[in-house]
Amino acid sequence: MSDLFLAYESLIAFVFINGLLALSVYATLSCGQLSLANAGFMAIGAYTGALITLRAPAVPFLAVLAASALLPAVVAVPLGLPVLRLRGVFLAIATVGFGEVVRLFFVNWDYTNGALGLVAIPQRTHLWTLVVVLALSLYLFGRLRGSRTGYALEAIREDETAARTMGIHTTAHKLSMLVLGAALAGLAGSLEAHHTFIVSPAGFGFGRVVDMLVQAVVGGTAAFYGPVVGAAFLTVLPELLRELGARLGLAPGPFRLFLNGAILLVVILYLPNGLVSLPARLRRRAREAA
Amino acid sequence: MGQQVLNGIFLGSIYALFAVGYTLVFGVLDILNLAHAAVFTLSAFIALALVDAGLSLWLALPAAVAAAGVIGIVLERIAFRPLRGRADSNISGLISSLAMATVFEAIALQIFGPDISRFPPDTFPDRVIRIGGATASLLQFCIVGISVVLMAVLTLLLARTRLGRQIRAVAESPRAARILGVDVNRAIAVAFFLSSALGGAAGVLFGLAFNSISPDVGRSVELKGLAVIILGGMGSVPGAVVAGFLLGLIEVFTVANLGSSFRDAVSFAVLFLVLVARPRGLFGQAATREA
Repeated sequence: MSDLFLAYESLIAFVFINGLLALSVYATLSCGQLSLANAGFMAIGAYTGALITLRAPAVPFLAVLAASALLPAVVAVPLGLPVLRLRGVFLAIATVGFGEVVRLFFVNWDYTNGALGLVAIPQRTHLWTLVVVLALSLYLFGRLRGSRTGYALEAIREDETAARTMGIHTTAHKLSMLVLGAALAGLAGSLEAHHTFIVSPAGFGFGRVVDMLVQAVVGGTAAFYGPVVGAAFLTVLPELLRELGARLGLAPGPFRLFLNGAILLVVILYLPNGLVSLPARLRRRAREAA
Repeated sequence: MGQQVLNGIFLGSIYALFAVGYTLVFGVLDILNLAHAAVFTLSAFIALALVDAGLSLWLALPAAVAAAGVIGIVLERIAFRPLRGRADSNISGLISSLAMATVFEAIALQIFGPDISRFPPDTFPDRVIRIGGATASLLQFCIVGISVVLMAVLTLLLARTRLGRQIRAVAESPRAARILGVDVNRAIAVAFFLSSALGGAAGVLFGLAFNSISPDVGRSVELKGLAVIILGGMGSVPGAVVAGFLLGLIEVFTVANLGSSFRDAVSFAVLFLVLVARPRGLFGQAATREA
């Protein structure tokens, strides 16, 4: 049992980290906005955490994590404020650009060793840390549902113009969710940095945010736990299918990429509410057949 | 100075060509096709494979462009048509185009590997032309020429032909177009063919110009394409042309004066400034048209 656990400890850790990242994308999706900046926020959090730990080892880990969540959240405000007043697609565009600029900033910054990144970061993330952080985040989103704010977010997602007519402050709500998503992404980045010992700009490319989005959408964005289910599914699946890919003569990188794209496509076309809606759907089908 | 202007025009012509296709689809469907950069990459690889197989560049270029157009039709069929009429098609279309981009990138990665591929050295005659104090290669001239001709053809096609009128009608209102007897699905498929063919042409020209093609080459133009369509005004073809050249010039002058690490920051700065100051861009219509 303990052998099995050790062999898969890293995989389990990534299930939690990816779950947190998928939730960070879900934050903006829950009010109908698509933000693709989360790899950038994640990078800011990861570098913040790694730099504090390396330069000031005495700072407690909790404070390091708080700083890693705070800085991206602060950065998200000036990014979101002008863009969120516009139609949804502008946020996607501005955030694609933002993510790329953050990555290039770290590539060009000598203080963090440019493209090589920071190495030998002490391991301070434990499995239980991840469990606690993810559980707290899920609790937060769970509480949001059914609350006044939760209903406001749903209204904005369904019809923004109508929501505004009803007196909901749409920009403030959308901005809060962007900031929350940025904080979660930064937190996840810092946790990952303290788990894998390294941070480098290559880990925060556009592919990373696509991964997060795929996991959130595949799991399902109609329920707050959907993104976590999706992250677990898509983190474990390539490991299970590795043998199959090798037998088909596909390299692991392209195979995983292809799997992600194909699954995302199938889900968005045929199962718009994601994997978590599958049981109810199957039950309904069974009832109709009977 | 003259040299910088020349370089800017050359770079700008590729950006414009790429962005024209981007903005065309947005104008018609109101959906951002995030797989456009992946088509750009695939087309560059197709041209490379054909040249490697012994074909002359002058045959490989149109073949790759046509292939890109066909990929565009497939893309529309798989990722966009099934979503039509769904309430959230704005976001779900973005996501499904992202899914297709991922699949395309996986295909390119599997077939051509992660490393940089290059055209054979004798693909294009290496000749230098002087204008005043500035120099440019024959290749650069051909690239500007081909881009300008393709964009002119597209403009004429949209303005003067029956097909162009149908596409513009669908862009205005799909329902009204259908009532007037336009085959909406066909018009959209044609728009995708044109858009992807132009994006593919930009990919081949970009590959020739910098002679380095890798599966993530599309990423580097994606941001520029987005900046161009925002600057030009979402959905405006003439806007994209002007903004493409403008961005090329701005970028060249920034790199010359501030250093090459600012190359990509320029696009983002342009994009962000336009969004803050004038979201409709240079040639766009109403700033936010809602519901």
